[in-house]
Amino acid sequence: MKLELIGITKRFGSLVANDHIDLVVEPGQVHSLLGENGAGKSTLMNVLYGLYDPTEGEILVNDKPVTFKGPGDAMAAGIGMVHQHFMLVPVFTVAENVALGNEATKAGGMLDLQETRTRIRRISDQYGFDVDPDAVVEDLPVGVQQRVEIIKALVRDAEVLILDEPTAVLTPKETDELLGIMAQLKADGKSIVFISHKLREVKAVSDVITVVRRGKVVGTADPSAPTTELASLMVGRSVSLTLDKKPATPGEVTFRVQDLTVQAPNGQHVVDGLSFEVAEGEILAIAGVQGNGQTELTEAIMGLQDHVTGSITLNGNQLLGRSVKEVIRAGVGFVPEDRSVEGLVGTFSVAENLILNRYDDAPFARGLSMSQSAMEQNAQAKIAEYDVRTQSAQSAAGTLSGGNQQKVVMAREFSRPLKLFIASQPTRGVDVGSIEFLHRRIVAERDGGTPVIIVSTELDEVLELADRIAVLYRGRLMGIVPGTVSRDVLGLMMAGMPADEALAQAHDVQGGDL
Amino acid sequence: MSTATTSAPARSASDATVRSWKNPIILSVVALFALFVFAVGAPGNDVTFRLSEENDPIVLPSIVVSAPVIGWVAALAMIVLAVLAILRTRSGRKIPVWVLAVFAVLFLIAFLTWVVGSARTPNVALYGLLAGSVTLAVPLIFGSLSGVLCERSGVVNIAIEGQLLFGAFAAAVAASLSGSAFVGLLAAAVAGVLVSLVLAVFSIWYVVNQVIVGVVLNVLVSGLTGFLFSAVLSEDSERWNSPPRLPVIDIPLLADIPVIGPILFQQTIVGYLMYIAVAVVYVALYHSRWGLRTRAVGEHPKAADTLGVNVNRMRFMNVLLAGVVAGIGGSFFTLVAVSGFGRDMTAGQGYIALAALIFGRWNPIGAFFAALLFGFATNLSNVLSLLGTPVPDQFLRMLPYVVTVFAVAGLVGRSRAPGASGIPYIKG
Repeated sequence: MKLELIGITKRFGSLVANDHIDLVVEPGQVHSLLGENGAGKSTLMNVLYGLYDPTEGEILVNDKPVTFKGPGDAMAAGIGMVHQHFMLVPVFTVAENVALGNEATKAGGMLDLQETRTRIRRISDQYGFDVDPDAVVEDLPVGVQQRVEIIKALVRDAEVLILDEPTAVLTPKETDELLGIMAQLKADGKSIVFISHKLREVKAVSDVITVVRRGKVVGTADPSAPTTELASLMVGRSVSLTLDKKPATPGEVTFRVQDLTVQAPNGQHVVDGLSFEVAEGEILAIAGVQGNGQTELTEAIMGLQDHVTGSITLNGNQLLGRSVKEVIRAGVGFVPEDRSVEGLVGTFSVAENLILNRYDDAPFARGLSMSQSAMEQNAQAKIAEYDVRTQSAQSAAGTLSGGNQQKVVMAREFSRPLKLFIASQPTRGVDVGSIEFLHRRIVAERDGGTPVIIVSTELDEVLELADRIAVLYRGRLMGIVPGTVSRDVLGLMMAGMPADEALAQAHDVQGGDL
Repeated sequence: MSTATTSAPARSASDATVRSWKNPIILSVVALFALFVFAVGAPGNDVTFRLSEENDPIVLPSIVVSAPVIGWVAALAMIVLAVLAILRTRSGRKIPVWVLAVFAVLFLIAFLTWVVGSARTPNVALYGLLAGSVTLAVPLIFGSLSGVLCERSGVVNIAIEGQLLFGAFAAAVAASLSGSAFVGLLAAAVAGVLVSLVLAVFSIWYVVNQVIVGVVLNVLVSGLTGFLFSAVLSEDSERWNSPPRLPVIDIPLLADIPVIGPILFQQTIVGYLMYIAVAVVYVALYHSRWGLRTRAVGEHPKAADTLGVNVNRMRFMNVLLAGVVAGIGGSFFTLVAVSGFGRDMTAGQGYIALAALIFGRWNPIGAFFAALLFGFATNLSNVLSLLGTPVPDQFLRMLPYVVTVFAVAGLVGRSRAPGASGIPYIKG
């Protein structure tokens, strides 16, 4: 099936998310859409899938114009989509999820799930998915959930599959498996639209690459084009993809975690017997696929988790069992993983957000009242120092772009002398330009002698920043390896292999770098 | 203060095992209460539970028990179970469900024996107690089914009270004017739909907070029916407010079975409709296309939307259907319970139905049994005040509400509401 988008424009009020985008997807082709977060890739795909009406433009299927009033029309035309945030009902079984909207029924509208199970098994066998139709979706690992999404599209006879940032939630091993599945689908004559901002994956699977920036197609590229060329096309200027950073000069070990265990309300050990140390002037990166205990670990350090055992000491002081405020007072700076919910108060002004951790200290507090002028001065200084793009210090923080919001959070956390700095996903959803800046600030903090912990699910970021890397898998430490270790080793560890085995195996294989 | 050496002792792993002492503590307190009240404080006489009347086709012998014996046996057994629960919790294991179930049954038996034994006439018709419970539970069950239909599709229905009350009012007026109770039944369903329509339009189209719309609707219906009652119905109650009652239909033979017969097979059409509605809603919700889509839009509307299900239309239809169900439930008040409408006669039953819905975990069968429990509590308080017990009447009348509070707050545990219940769906 040939799919063509001609002059697609989508406006939200005054914001132009897509600006006259043209795109042709040939049958049996993997067509990659490369662009930064917020470049308009997902909007374009939502238009194609019938979730948004295009403001202007036309969609052609096999050279015939079509209009999609909703996803139902798009599916009927042979378009299937695997959303970045899975569209699965968590409490339903796989079969119920696949059946939904396309139910096989017996007399009187009664469900015939047996029919659906048979179809799932057939597709599952054909592509080697290994999916149990009766498993409840919320109990499945994300990689399997993604396969359920693909099955949903295939059951509806999709000829064009849109995969929206499919690798963001996967381990490197699962990513490899997904790329394998994509090759199989392509061999079966399906077309795939692959949306990503990860250059390596895009180069590995694409037949054609279209680069999108600020809602516009800025060019097409050949998969064999060098990475730096793709990156500069994507960002719009030449970017240095490598960070200049001096080797670490670790000092005294001041932060120690001993035997840390965090229990979830259901009794499961979400963090299981962790022990590690961080020295002054080094960056320890905590790598792992999302949901392997990283969130609970950082929250346990901050005093945000119940049912924590073990010991967490900073400069010899026990932090465990202290209130969040006491932990902050002890000199811990924290950038939470979801800045818009936990890092900022979206309806507060930038100036207010910049002093959330010091609002009751001089000079901002005067008795029971607050000093507006001190807040304003502080805000102006920070906005200038961090190059925060905001209309004014009084704008609501929620109106800023992701990168600028993150700058506000960082500026606040770095605004006082720190004994320990923790950042979770410091550059998630942040544009490449801001990433460089934020990374340099983190390294500067390290060079100032602060122990730094970075939690990230992005291997690129981990390898870029880390002096040492700790890998978490199901709440347990798979080992701590030097920051210079190869991706293969990290990939194996993220899939649950202890460090020594992973190092040995990677040494044996010396496989290609993907 | 030295900062280098204030290292507090680390906590040991065994302290932090996630275990809840709530259940063992509650069981122990209740068991001790039972020991002192039901065993030590037991009346010395025998207690008679009648299973049938003398002129019934099939006569079963009455159960006669000694109050102190039952009191002591039950109290001691409850203490054993409480100790078992404490031991299990201390060793970090779960308390088996049967312990809680047996405990509850023992408590109920001991309580009934004690309270009936202490009455002036220690003799009660057990079948009547149960049949009366079902009868009183009928509007609750209709109400909570209405809640199931709404909440499973993602709309919170606080307006059950209003739907019941308006159904009751419409049934009374329509049946009085037409002289036919069945016309009243139909009018009740229409009235329920009208209330639903307002709920649906405001909460789905205009995205008004669903709880607020529901509460406002209840107040509106209460005010409207109250005004019409005093302005119209009371003026000429012969014409406006003397509906014929729905006849009780005995199913031949089956109605003669002792105990079960009066419960299942001597009902009005509303009672039979109730059983049918529970079964139909249950089967449809879990085994039909409509049910799958309903649950999907209530759990994850966006997922349903991306599969071509029209979320808001689905919700709209469900809310209207809920109105039919609750409206019919409302007709119980004026066509079955008493003949005629009275101001605010639903008296908070809609809110109890809401509690039954939550206690029943948003499942039609669960809601059915939860509503039966509340019906039982209500009926027990009625029967006991007739028998003349030592417990003051005011306390007895609190019983259904106390049961509600405990059921919803304590025993439910982590009951999981539909994921998107109360959250309007806005496309895009």
